[in-house]
Amino acid sequence: MNTPVNTPANTPANTPARRRVKPGIVAAIVVLVGAFGWLIWGGLDSNVVYFLEPHELLAKGVSGVDVPVRLGGQVKPGSVKWDEVSSDLQFEITDTTGMIVRVRSTGVPPQMFRDAMGVVVEGRLGSDTLFHSTSLMIKHSNEYRAPKEGEQPKEMYKSLMKVPGA
Amino acid sequence: MTSAVANSPFEAPKSGRWLLFGWLAFAYLIAAQAISIAISPPDRDMGDLQKILYIHVPAAWNMGICYFLVAIYSMRYLWKRDERDDLKAAAAAEVGTLLNGLTLVLGMIWGRPTWGVWWAWDARLTSTLVMFLIFAGYLALRAFVDEPERRAQWSAAAGLFGAINYPIVYMSVRWWRTLHQVQSTPDTLDPSYALSLRLNAFAILFIAIFFIRRRYEAALTERVAEHELQAAVLGGSSRG
Repeated sequence: MNTPVNTPANTPANTPARRRVKPGIVAAIVVLVGAFGWLIWGGLDSNVVYFLEPHELLAKGVSGVDVPVRLGGQVKPGSVKWDEVSSDLQFEITDTTGMIVRVRSTGVPPQMFRDAMGVVVEGRLGSDTLFHSTSLMIKHSNEYRAPKEGEQPKEMYKSLMKVPGA
Repeated sequence: MTSAVANSPFEAPKSGRWLLFGWLAFAYLIAAQAISIAISPPDRDMGDLQKILYIHVPAAWNMGICYFLVAIYSMRYLWKRDERDDLKAAAAAEVGTLLNGLTLVLGMIWGRPTWGVWWAWDARLTSTLVMFLIFAGYLALRAFVDEPERRAQWSAAAGLFGAINYPIVYMSVRWWRTLHQVQSTPDTLDPSYALSLRLNAFAILFIAIFFIRRRYEAALTERVAEHELQAAVLGGSSRG
């Protein structure tokens, strides 16, 4: 930046010239406000509800079919069907109201996927009432526990992923 | 009016004991980490990934303390117009931004193997990023504005604007439906995890205090030099 003390033109009488707003500041403010606005209105998708629960999606009826949506809830215990060969995963998502949506997902799920785990899936509800998921995320609870007697955390994942498809 | 010797309205700081405090803070962090790793068993769901908790959460908490200091010193500056309050707010903002960035990066590293994604545009993650960008803007603003008084006034306004985001970030998981879980409580944590978390929260607090102090000392030393230079150029008769 220019150092005003070195030049004769910048005597104290001329200091008001320094009060002019620099283009750099204007640019910084424009970028900041723009980024802020984009994040609030664009990034948040004009909606702070990150996912719908099964009863909310089903309540939409036909307007909830074949539109991109996020669905979240709990993996219904005992509903997981996993085909190791084709990486085909099917399970049911349920919520506190007991409503259920069947989900089909391809690809290996995150390591923490298991019965009764919270999940959020991205995809579309088909007219066949099957939710076709393109992305599967784990919604972890706020609980952190040591394994119970005899449990091996790493082994648990393997056994969970093998049993249902077998 | 001012003598040729004391040309600055305040003196440069002398930091002797603070350096010792810094060494102790880092030694304590290492000890806290070692103890935490020794006493906490792997989590039943995520195994040893759970140990990211011991920096991610303390970083998030302490960024809140830093931003709270920014708000306090910014308000105090606007009230009393003491240049040192502006420099204290700036030092707290620098450390807060650092911890904010650390929170985001560790959260992403944690999210990929557990949630399955690096990032989700939910209210918690988005608001944390927005707060980080505001304070990055705050630091950029300070770099752009040369005139100390105007820099201090604008910074105080920007600092207050940024700091009010922290309560929003903190409450976001309760106010809105997010992928990020709500806060854990001592009831939802294994006792060994809760103890380890507290040990490390204090470790990051001490380091944050040390960093804020050092950055403040550096800024103050620079301002004293600038005051003296200005006085020398103007013939020592005025502070301009």
